[in-house]
Amino acid sequence: MSDEMELKVVGHSQPKLDGLALACGTEKYVADDLPQGTLVVKILWSPHAHARIVSIDTEAASALKGVRAVLTWKDLPRVPHTTAGQGFPEPSPYDTFTLDNKVRFVGDRVAAVAADNESIAAQALALIDVKYELLPAILDPRDSMERGAPIIHDEPEAHVVIPVPYDPATNLAAACQASFGDVEKGLAEADFVVEREFSTHQAQHCPMEPHVALAWIDPRGRLVIRTSTQVPFHVRRIVSQRLQLPVKQVRVIKPRIGGGFGSKQEVLLEDLVGAMALKTRRPCLLELTRKEEFISSRTRHPQILNVKAGVKKDGTLTAFDLNILMDTGAYGSHALTVLSNSGSKTLPLYRWQNVCFQGTTVYTNLPVGGAYRGYGATQAYFPLESVMDELAEGIGMDPIELRSRNHIRQGESSPIFEALGEGRSGVAQAVESCSLAKCIELGAQEIGWHQKRGRFRNSTAAVRRGVGMCCLMQGSSIPEIDLASAYIKMNEDGSFNLLLGATDLGTGSDTIMAQIAAEEIGTEPSAFNVYSSDTDLTPFDVGAYASSTTYLSGQAVRKAAAKIREFIILVASRMMDVPMAQVSVAGSSCIGPSGQILTFAQVATHSLYVADQAQIQAGASHIAHKSPPPFAAHFAEVEVDTDTGEVKVLTYVSATDCGTAINPRLAQGQVEGAVLNGISFALTEQYLYDQRGRMLNPDFNSYKVFGAGDVPDIRTILVPSWESSGPFGAKSVSEIGINGPMPAIANAIFDAVGVRLTRSPFTPETILRALKRL
Amino acid sequence: MKLIFTLNGEERSCTIEPDEKLLTTLRNLGTTSPKKGCGEGACGSCAVLLNGTLVNSCITFAATCSGAHVTTVEGLGHPNDPHPIQEEFVKAGAVQCGFCTPGMIMATKALLDSNPDPDRSQIMSALDGNRCRCTGYVKIFEAVGNAAKRLSTSKGDGGKP
Repeated sequence: MSDEMELKVVGHSQPKLDGLALACGTEKYVADDLPQGTLVVKILWSPHAHARIVSIDTEAASALKGVRAVLTWKDLPRVPHTTAGQGFPEPSPYDTFTLDNKVRFVGDRVAAVAADNESIAAQALALIDVKYELLPAILDPRDSMERGAPIIHDEPEAHVVIPVPYDPATNLAAACQASFGDVEKGLAEADFVVEREFSTHQAQHCPMEPHVALAWIDPRGRLVIRTSTQVPFHVRRIVSQRLQLPVKQVRVIKPRIGGGFGSKQEVLLEDLVGAMALKTRRPCLLELTRKEEFISSRTRHPQILNVKAGVKKDGTLTAFDLNILMDTGAYGSHALTVLSNSGSKTLPLYRWQNVCFQGTTVYTNLPVGGAYRGYGATQAYFPLESVMDELAEGIGMDPIELRSRNHIRQGESSPIFEALGEGRSGVAQAVESCSLAKCIELGAQEIGWHQKRGRFRNSTAAVRRGVGMCCLMQGSSIPEIDLASAYIKMNEDGSFNLLLGATDLGTGSDTIMAQIAAEEIGTEPSAFNVYSSDTDLTPFDVGAYASSTTYLSGQAVRKAAAKIREFIILVASRMMDVPMAQVSVAGSSCIGPSGQILTFAQVATHSLYVADQAQIQAGASHIAHKSPPPFAAHFAEVEVDTDTGEVKVLTYVSATDCGTAINPRLAQGQVEGAVLNGISFALTEQYLYDQRGRMLNPDFNSYKVFGAGDVPDIRTILVPSWESSGPFGAKSVSEIGINGPMPAIANAIFDAVGVRLTRSPFTPETILRALKRL
Repeated sequence: MKLIFTLNGEERSCTIEPDEKLLTTLRNLGTTSPKKGCGEGACGSCAVLLNGTLVNSCITFAATCSGAHVTTVEGLGHPNDPHPIQEEFVKAGAVQCGFCTPGMIMATKALLDSNPDPDRSQIMSALDGNRCRCTGYVKIFEAVGNAAKRLSTSKGDGGKP
């Protein structure tokens, strides 16, 4: 940790820069500030899981007073694209059209109406007469690649833009594999082998603000879109592609965002609302209702995971074989990369002697998967960490001991890092920073592992308690692919404007970027006005995904800030008439060799108005050459009622190594939010369907998201490490926490009642079936 | 139809549809802190005080609010002159995306008005109608506890009514 330094701003819990305005209700989200005469856009959703549109009659709808435009597939250019807001060229297949003459799931888009108000728009939707030819639907991914299965993407345009496995004729949306050693040999050498099939279920992000976008035509005829997005620059590129406009003609503005968790890495509404604005020449607002958010936007891809793993009596992990079948629903958004991350973010965690990973993603006629916090790792940690527990049990070793002996350490690597990338091979790396051992130690102590483990093993009580744990890693950014950049200028009072493409969607990234810049320059975060993001004003950034903002965008900010500091010193050295090397910076001032002080305000005023005039300004870009994993150890204590099947989480402890926590309180908040989302996912949240593929529970009363009354005792520990490739030693923190609850709770349930769960979620029904009481 | 009511201490008069919800009325009047998170009274993002009682404005008919006093977070404080609850939410890190925050703060106000010294289970129960997806509620509970302490020790000066 030789690079570790004394930090004045970084590492301190500064309040969020936008916090007070948010708490006072003065900040503006997309729908909070509508231009006069804004039209309301509503979408007609497919009631069928799979059908061809034979005819679509919009005459009556168009004739309704107050209706300004109706769009169907006939009105728009037919441009195959992906809704996944990924870097270009995207690894997701081009299999989507803004509107099409075929629908592929209940909730697919059929037509859209722009009207003077919502009630007229709703009336108009009811007047659109659509005749469908119903097609057989696939509602189970195991049926997708059967001979004779209906072909969901039979259109000739569906294709991939990079060389990756894709075969729509067999409903294959993606595939990947990676291996080293010889798994069969490893299994043969093992003293104990576990072989099981697991499955994880479909669930949703449920940001409190559903997807919403506003579009208008500016005075010079350009299309402006203000949208709730994690990826403003990808929105600009993809809208320009879909609407066949030059990038120059499109401006995308991201205001305050009401949460995303991956769902807003998807370009879902912007093309349609943009097309409406172009057609009507009026401002148009498209805002999903909660029900529409559930049925039509994106979900966590469900997976079926087959695992074989072996261990020797001494705890040597001989082999891990992982075979995944992933369901992407009707479109292949993130179909390849969520799948590959199921391997790349889990397999390097332990020193398996032999590994084989194979994955297949298939189309079905169900709602579409997408990016969701955890991004494939969440799914795969359930089997990995359940099996680790079972292997430990099999050789009579404490599960903590087995993990402690085998987890990756500082200086070590894994062939998986190089083998699995995002649509191409990955990047080899050795782990530079890892405090996982300390995370395990502190977490075990906090939960009372040794006192609580195994207490109910021989109990026949109806209500039993247990503790379980798991270890985790994630990544920090997509190396050698994703670009971030930042721009800073200095004002005459010594304040700064920090302009970012990086997208604060509620995480507090604007604040930590100001902390990074302030630390580097030698001033306070309060000296910054941070603005993110506007494709006209702020420099390019891929956006908020892949656990990249702190690690990647933060380093771009640090580089720009270093240039600003240099610039300030140059101006001050001229003002003092001393060499630059003799000027230092501290506390928003420059200090000369004889102790003379120039405030930042004096320096900036001099530069703007007096001599050698120049705007003190700088921009910088950054790409990462590796993706350093954050690590975590999670511990759950549960209570299981064997009569009702109810599982209650009593205490949940997480210990996380995110390198330097730039803002500890905000970092804790990221972990706590992820943890509760993970608990809610493990226990209650799920998509329920009827036999025709219609979601039965698209509302908060029947899709149970944990509320304030459900919260267990959540304890959060941050364990520092120092990652020299990140800003001031930082790695990522926002995603990793969601991966732990499912395996930690499953392992705790085993400790309480002695059954292994292999299917999520852990509803009372699942528990009673596992206990053979149903 | 016409509606006259008091919004954040100011008398307002507007034209509403007979079936209009209070949330729509408030937002049409430019008071946009109440948010539409679900439109069916299940998330609390639209929560406001109606004559001092916490209600979900998305399922409250505006027409029933004739002559009523409606309070939103805009009525509690402004960034230059915030209410202690608003400050404590920021200090604790209880504000992430902020979409649920106005409703959370109004639920907190309703709680502390009736119970100035709530324990953890009372806080959990009072906020149970308000969904937050960002924070895991941990820092929100902390903020409510801190606000309660501050309001009870500084009655009259630091704590606004």
